[in-house]
Order: sequence, then structure tokens, then C-alpha cells
Amino acid sequence: MSALLEAKGLVRCYEGQKTLFSKATSVRAVDGVDLTLQPGETLGIVGESGSGKSTLGRMLLGIDPPTEGQVSFDGQPMPKLQSPAWRALRAQMQFIYQDPLAALDRRLTIARQIGEPLEIHGLAKGAELQERVADLMAQVGLRQDQGARYPHELSGGQRQRVIIARALATSPRLLVCDEPVSALDGSIQAQVVNLLRYLQESHGIAMVFISHDLKVVRNICDRVAVMYLGRIVEEASSDEIFAHPQHPYTQALVSSVPVPGKRLEGRILLKGEPPNPAQRPSGCAFHPRCAVALPSCADTVPLLQSIAPARRAACHLLTASDTEQAA
Amino acid sequence: MSFVSIRDLKVAFDGVQVLHGIDLDVSEGEALGLVGESGCGKSVTWLAALGLLPGKATVTGSVTVQGQELIGAKRASVEAVRGGRIAMIFQDPSSSLNPVRTVGHQICESLSLHRGMDRRAARAEAVRLLDMVGIPGANKRVGLYPHEFSGGQCQRVMIAMALAGAPDLLIADEPTTALDATIQAQILDLLAMLRRETGMAMVFISHDLGAVGAICDRINVMYAGQIVESGEIGPMFDHPRHPYTRGLFDAIPRLDGTRNRLIPIDGTVPDPRHMPTGCAFAPRCPKASAFCQSDVPELKLQKDTRQLACFYPVTAQPAGAVSSDERLPA
Repeated sequence: MSALLEAKGLVRCYEGQKTLFSKATSVRAVDGVDLTLQPGETLGIVGESGSGKSTLGRMLLGIDPPTEGQVSFDGQPMPKLQSPAWRALRAQMQFIYQDPLAALDRRLTIARQIGEPLEIHGLAKGAELQERVADLMAQVGLRQDQGARYPHELSGGQRQRVIIARALATSPRLLVCDEPVSALDGSIQAQVVNLLRYLQESHGIAMVFISHDLKVVRNICDRVAVMYLGRIVEEASSDEIFAHPQHPYTQALVSSVPVPGKRLEGRILLKGEPPNPAQRPSGCAFHPRCAVALPSCADTVPLLQSIAPARRAACHLLTASDTEQAA
Repeated sequence: MSFVSIRDLKVAFDGVQVLHGIDLDVSEGEALGLVGESGCGKSVTWLAALGLLPGKATVTGSVTVQGQELIGAKRASVEAVRGGRIAMIFQDPSSSLNPVRTVGHQICESLSLHRGMDRRAARAEAVRLLDMVGIPGANKRVGLYPHEFSGGQCQRVMIAMALAGAPDLLIADEPTTALDATIQAQILDLLAMLRRETGMAMVFISHDLGAVGAICDRINVMYAGQIVESGEIGPMFDHPRHPYTRGLFDAIPRLDGTRNRLIPIDGTVPDPRHMPTGCAFAPRCPKASAFCQSDVPELKLQKDTRQLACFYPVTAQPAGAVSSDERLPA
């Protein structure tokens, strides 16, 4: 089976402002990311703020052009941003945002907004359009009478359903969701997570699910990539990575998740905070916070390499033979 | 005797009632969790108690701090309590700090206000407080501005400011919600450490049951402006008895075990302008009967010492999400 989405050596630099007294500094928000996504698969991308996960998501859709590297969709290189070919391809890949109110037009009824992608891509009009919109609303659990409402009249969870319905309108093969449930309350979050899982199973849509909430990611994703300062540090199946995290950063991240009934004692507490991407530490970017770092970790950058079947990690202390011995 | 005692606290904004009679006690040195979804009134309860709500809010009821009434009291006497004996920290530290003043200046302001320190003593104390909350190089960084600190460090600065008045009670309103997971763990650890060292009481307001469970002794669960269940953390987490509390636990995805579909609570929180006539949770409750639609359950003391406001509580069996034998090893 060929990959639906393939990224090779993705790098995104943001140029800082040049001022009178200082030269422009460039920030490498994403620094050499390789990944593949199979049709129908859900890949989770987790990491703390500033780890480059949102930038990566935007690059995967071609919204943000990579500084280096390439994304291919369905075996074809991603067309240039705003080109007719890219616009046409956008029908097959959609984006779901964190803040639904900001992503909706306040002056259009939600039925109009859900139908808009169909008009833009010329997929339906007239009665057929109405019917398709009604069908989409039913799929995401919105009542038909809510179609005439405006975004401010809906609750947060309902707005996120509108965003999802709109993203589904063109029957995409890929959804990139950037923190889709982070702004929602617990009980509503579970409704939206279940909806996404249902769509995933019934439509076979491939998904890139970007989130800092490890519990949600574990529930919805097949495979998870952990990012730290613009690089993937560990990648494995969702079951494996949370049960047996290998990279010291993943271990700390999994340990820091507050779980009801778990007291504070025994958690791995990292020292310090994620460093500024503009001042990336030498060698392994994680070494200043790492409890098991060796002096050599400050010198060379660890490469993301296979440490077990379907499992990659970037750490000098992890090699394929180690994990085999451990297993 | 309890340190703070809230009785029948009601708040209305422009005639719309959002808090429907809250009874709540905080004992000395205790850590109390206040849990609920957005809009349930958990922050409003404490903003009302400390007189921090805007003028359009109508506040009735009673809030006493060691017998001293705060509601309707003179401004000066409320101010003596607020910041001094009861301090509060908020979710977004960067918007609570003044961007054009150094953090040292802002901490010294509290110190001179509440402890009457002169400039030199206040500065030394500010350095000590920053050091205590874990800011490295406190001596040098006391003269920096808030934008020179990261989000987690800003929250530490806020905590240092709150500690400046040597409060007996710290109200932490979603103090870790805006922070990254590893930083959240650090701040929770810091709060637990400060409580051990100073012996102050703490009210921890959060929607995250995991975070609340990590540092609190007792929790109150709020729904639509009312407390629906309250009790010791152990029994509450093992056997949540209000259908809403139970629903909150069931909706949390797990980090171990099977990756089943989540069990959400259907529907949404009621609009405060159109509250249901009976139990506020009845429209979303799987166990609600016709009786629940017409009568409001009161918060009543149960045999197992917890308080519960429900006509048909969940029978005492472990919640699927958090049964004690399936808990993560501590």
C-alpha cells in the first residue's frame, strides 16, 4: 500500500525582525521531519508549545511552504500554495482548527458555511447542495433547525461540529486537526472525540491529530510521534508509546499527565522549561533537561532511527540492540 | 472551626442568577478542590466572596473569615482580608502581571501594602520569595519585566506575589490550565510543597480531575451554579455517586487499558437564563424521572459523610474509569 502523505526532511525557518542593533535571527520551528501516513490511518503529533507541531500540520497541507524538504500527497509532490492545482487538491485535504469561533464567519448561517466548500469546488448546487448539507449536519449530530443559526448562537461543542461538517463536505481523504478538542469542556470533549472516531471508522479518513493532550491522543490515534523543539524524538504505535515510552522526554511527558487517583509522588519532574527555539542547545536539544544525559549528548545530534519494528527514537542511549535486550 | 465559611451565596448578573446558593467551608490548612465545567460558577464563587465582581453583579448570602463577615462589609475591611489573609492566583499569569513594571516592583508592592515593609527589606523578601517558588538566579531576575519570563515562570512569579502577604488561604483558579504538561507537573509540585512548608489552606479551582486529585484532600463538584456532590477525595474518586460526577469520570480518556469509545455526557450545560425547573442536570441525566424535572434536590449529608444533591444517586460501585484496582501505580 502506498502512503497517502509523505514528508521528507521538512524544515521551516521563520526570519526574525532585523533591528537597528541586531541582525535578523532565524528560528527553525520545524527542523528536519520525516513522516508517512497511510490511507485511513490516524497519526498523533504531541509536544509542548513551541515544539513546532502546528507548523508541521500547516506544512503537511501546503498552507505553510517548507523552507527545505518536500511533502507528497498520493505520490505526487504538493503543488505550490495558491496555485490552481493546490486549490483543487484542497478538496481532498481539510484542516480543523482549535478555536471554532475564529474559524467561522460570524455573518453567515451555519448551513451556508457548511455548503461553502461544495460551492467553491463546484461539487453540488441547488437542491442537491441543500440535501448534502442536511446530510452532513445529521452526520455530525446537529439538528436541522440549527442550520439557520449564526455561529454565536451555538455552544462551543456545536461550533466544533460545524467545523467538522464543513471539513467533511468535500469528502476529503485527509484531515489535519490542530488541537480540535482543547478548547472544549470534558463532557463535550468526549462527544467530539467519539464523533471523530466514528468518522474515521465509517469514512476511512486519514487523520493527523495534533494535540498536547496525551489522553485524547491515545484514545484516537493509531500511531504517535512526539516532537521536541522542531524534531521528532520518538515514534511508535499508540499502545506501545504510552505503555513503554523509551525516550527520556516521552517518559517524562507520559509521567506528567494528571490521571485521577494518581498522587504527585513518583512522577518524573523535568528541570527547567522547553528552551527557546531561537537558542537551540547544542547536540541533543533535550540534554539540558535530561536526567540520564551523557557528556557526549551535548556534542552530537541524535538521529531518528529504528530501535524496534515500527518504532523510531532519537536518543544516543537508545539503540536497536538495547531494546532487543530489554525485550 | 472552619477558616472560611460560605452560606447561601447567590450571585446574579443583570438579573440572571448564576449562583444558586452555595454552602462551603474551608478548614485551616486544608486543600479543597472545586471542580466543574466552564460557566458552572466555580470562579464566580470566590470572586464574589472576595468582592472582585463588577458592579452589575448582585451578591447575597454570607461569607465569613474566622467570624468576620465580608459580604456588605466596608471596603477597607475587605481589602485587609483580600491579598493579606486570602490571596488569589489566576489562569493566565501574563495578563495578571503589569507589563511595564518589573516583577520585583510588583512583589514589593504587595509586601509594603500587606506587611508594611520598607524598600530595602521588601526587595530582600522579594528575592527570597522568587527563590522559594523556584526562579533560578532570583537575585538578578528580580529586576526583569514579565515578558522576560516564560509562561511557567510567570505563574511562579504570580505565586510569589500571592505569598507576599503570607496568606492563610490561597485560591488558585485554574493555575496550570494554560501551561504545558511538564510545566504543569512542576507547578502542582510547587503548590504541594508550599502548602507543606507554610501550612496555608488552599482552594484549587480546576476542570481537570487529575490535577485536583493530585493535591487536594476534599473536592466539591459544581454544576450550573450549585454544588452537587462534595466529600473526601478517596471515596469520591472511587465511587462518584452523583450522575454528573460519575459522567465526568467516565468522559476522561485513559492512559492505560483498552482504547474504548468514550462515554460522554449527552447535551450541554443549561443556559442560566432558561434554567430547568427541577434538578439542573435532569435534562442530561440518564437516571432522571418525572420527579427530577419538577423538584430541586438539596445538598444533603449522606451516611458516608459526603454531601450529595440527587434523588437517584449512582449505587456504590466503582466507576468504570477509575476503579481502585485499575489505578496507575503511584
